[in-house]
Amino acid sequence: MPVIETSGLTKKYGEFLALDRLNLKVDEGEVLGLLGPNGAGKTTTLLMLTTLLKPTAGTARVNGFDIIKEPGKVRQSIGIVFQDPSSDDILTGYENLKLHGMLYSMPPALRERRIGEVLELVELSDRKDSRVRQYSGGMRRRLELARGLMHHPRILFLDEPTLGLDPQSREYIWGYIHNLARQEKVTVIITSHYMEEVDRLCTRLAIIDEGAVVALDTPANLKRVIGGDVVSLRLRRNRDGMFSHLDFVRKAETKGGMTYLTVVNASERLPEILRAAGMDAVSVEVHSPTLNDVFFHYTGKEIREGSGEGSWGERSITYSGKR
Amino acid sequence: MNGLRGELNGILAIWYRELKVFQREKSRIVASIASPVLWLVIFGGGLGSSVSIEGMSYQTFIFPGILAQSVLFSSIFFGVYIVWDRKIDFLKEVLVAPITRSSMFMGKVVGGATDSMIQSCVLLAIGAGMEKAGMLPGLHIGIGGMAWMLLILLLTAISMVSIGLIIGSYMESPEGFQLISSFLLFPLFFLSGALFPIGRLPAWLAPLTIIDPLTYSVDGLRNVILGSSQFHLAHDIGIIGTVSVLLIFAGTAAFERMKL
Repeated sequence: MPVIETSGLTKKYGEFLALDRLNLKVDEGEVLGLLGPNGAGKTTTLLMLTTLLKPTAGTARVNGFDIIKEPGKVRQSIGIVFQDPSSDDILTGYENLKLHGMLYSMPPALRERRIGEVLELVELSDRKDSRVRQYSGGMRRRLELARGLMHHPRILFLDEPTLGLDPQSREYIWGYIHNLARQEKVTVIITSHYMEEVDRLCTRLAIIDEGAVVALDTPANLKRVIGGDVVSLRLRRNRDGMFSHLDFVRKAETKGGMTYLTVVNASERLPEILRAAGMDAVSVEVHSPTLNDVFFHYTGKEIREGSGEGSWGERSITYSGKR
Repeated sequence: MNGLRGELNGILAIWYRELKVFQREKSRIVASIASPVLWLVIFGGGLGSSVSIEGMSYQTFIFPGILAQSVLFSSIFFGVYIVWDRKIDFLKEVLVAPITRSSMFMGKVVGGATDSMIQSCVLLAIGAGMEKAGMLPGLHIGIGGMAWMLLILLLTAISMVSIGLIIGSYMESPEGFQLISSFLLFPLFFLSGALFPIGRLPAWLAPLTIIDPLTYSVDGLRNVILGSSQFHLAHDIGIIGTVSVLLIFAGTAAFERMKL
């Protein structure tokens, strides 16, 4: 039985269609990534599934509960880590977790045990009595990850879990997510616009663009769709049909001054490609298909990485110390 | 939802957090005590040098009013914290928790009322001390009237915290909150008779004091602390009690429609 099932889930902001009739099933134990550029509808989907936003049309069942009719039951059964820090920075890490346990009606003994466990998991046990104000962006995110897990949710929602974090903190967070998906047996839904993130963590991936799912499969299968390696060429001049006589070139596209060819066994074909390009070739690069290529294949766009609005680090600096 | 127990836990959780915040904001506690004392000493002392009312010193006369004022200001101001919660995104954590909006509102009310009550108790102690030192002759702060005083202060705090939270639930910025709340604070304060007796007001002013709920808090406190009042104690408490119940309903409704 799917733990999440959406039927025609739609959200409009005025005339703007943020999410268009989403039908999606997620099975227990999956790590599903929602991949798309800013404004594609990822966060909107997440907010509706977590009952914070009412759909314009359609509905969804989360852990068997209807998000419109039984929002309280949905909320009890899920955990969420928001894109922006939502812990109270005047409290300590421990106090934030205690507060969370109280909000979710955890019995005191269980609550204290769980606080110890989740702090251990994100390696914050020794900093639990420091105020969150003194945490770094990465530590704060780890704390919120621990908090999202604390009440044993069956589904954990992560909204851009590493947005604005430095590469080292990002590695940490990925490690934790990877472990918890196995250890705690929770279904994880991750929204992201980092290709590497979803590639490493997700068992299945939904590519979302302009409010609709354009592709849904495992990362490996999605890459297989590309049907070969990608050769990117910088050419002095781009002549029409330059590579059309090469039958091993499955696809040729030009974008932003670059020409992209899809080729099986590209490294062996490279001499022939260069011969075809002749004196016009400035540079050439061969790589195995990435999710970036997949995304480009389905949407005709590139995802601009690291351009998240209101990044984590900035926000915590702006608001700390004020109140 | 976990039924009633879950909701009570939710209220406790929010209360716990508000107490922690109050405890950490030392400057807020100091300011909330210092400002009424300044009113009493400087305003009361200054005007008192040429004015006495109903045979008692002006400072003694305004003590109950200043007590009510301190509850009014700190309680309404408490509403700004819901604006902050939204701004620092902590509100999301509470909104996504499995508690109803009414519990969320009640948790906030209990938290804000606790802050105001702690502050009131300190002011009552200061008042009693000043009376002992002969500075506020005629002031009765004894065990006898204590229960009534605390009841009046509590109902006043509940009402005013509710007003503050209702304003806060509509506001996007702390600045906006400040602006709107000061529009409300000063009429509530000046019309309550905190600084003058309301017995002999001109005909145009009297009706305005009657519709100000704080009038009944001041009158009730004056009844217990000074032994002189305009209305019956039961009348005062009945009105403040009713107002606080109505405002709790209004506040719950305001939180119900509050967006992220």
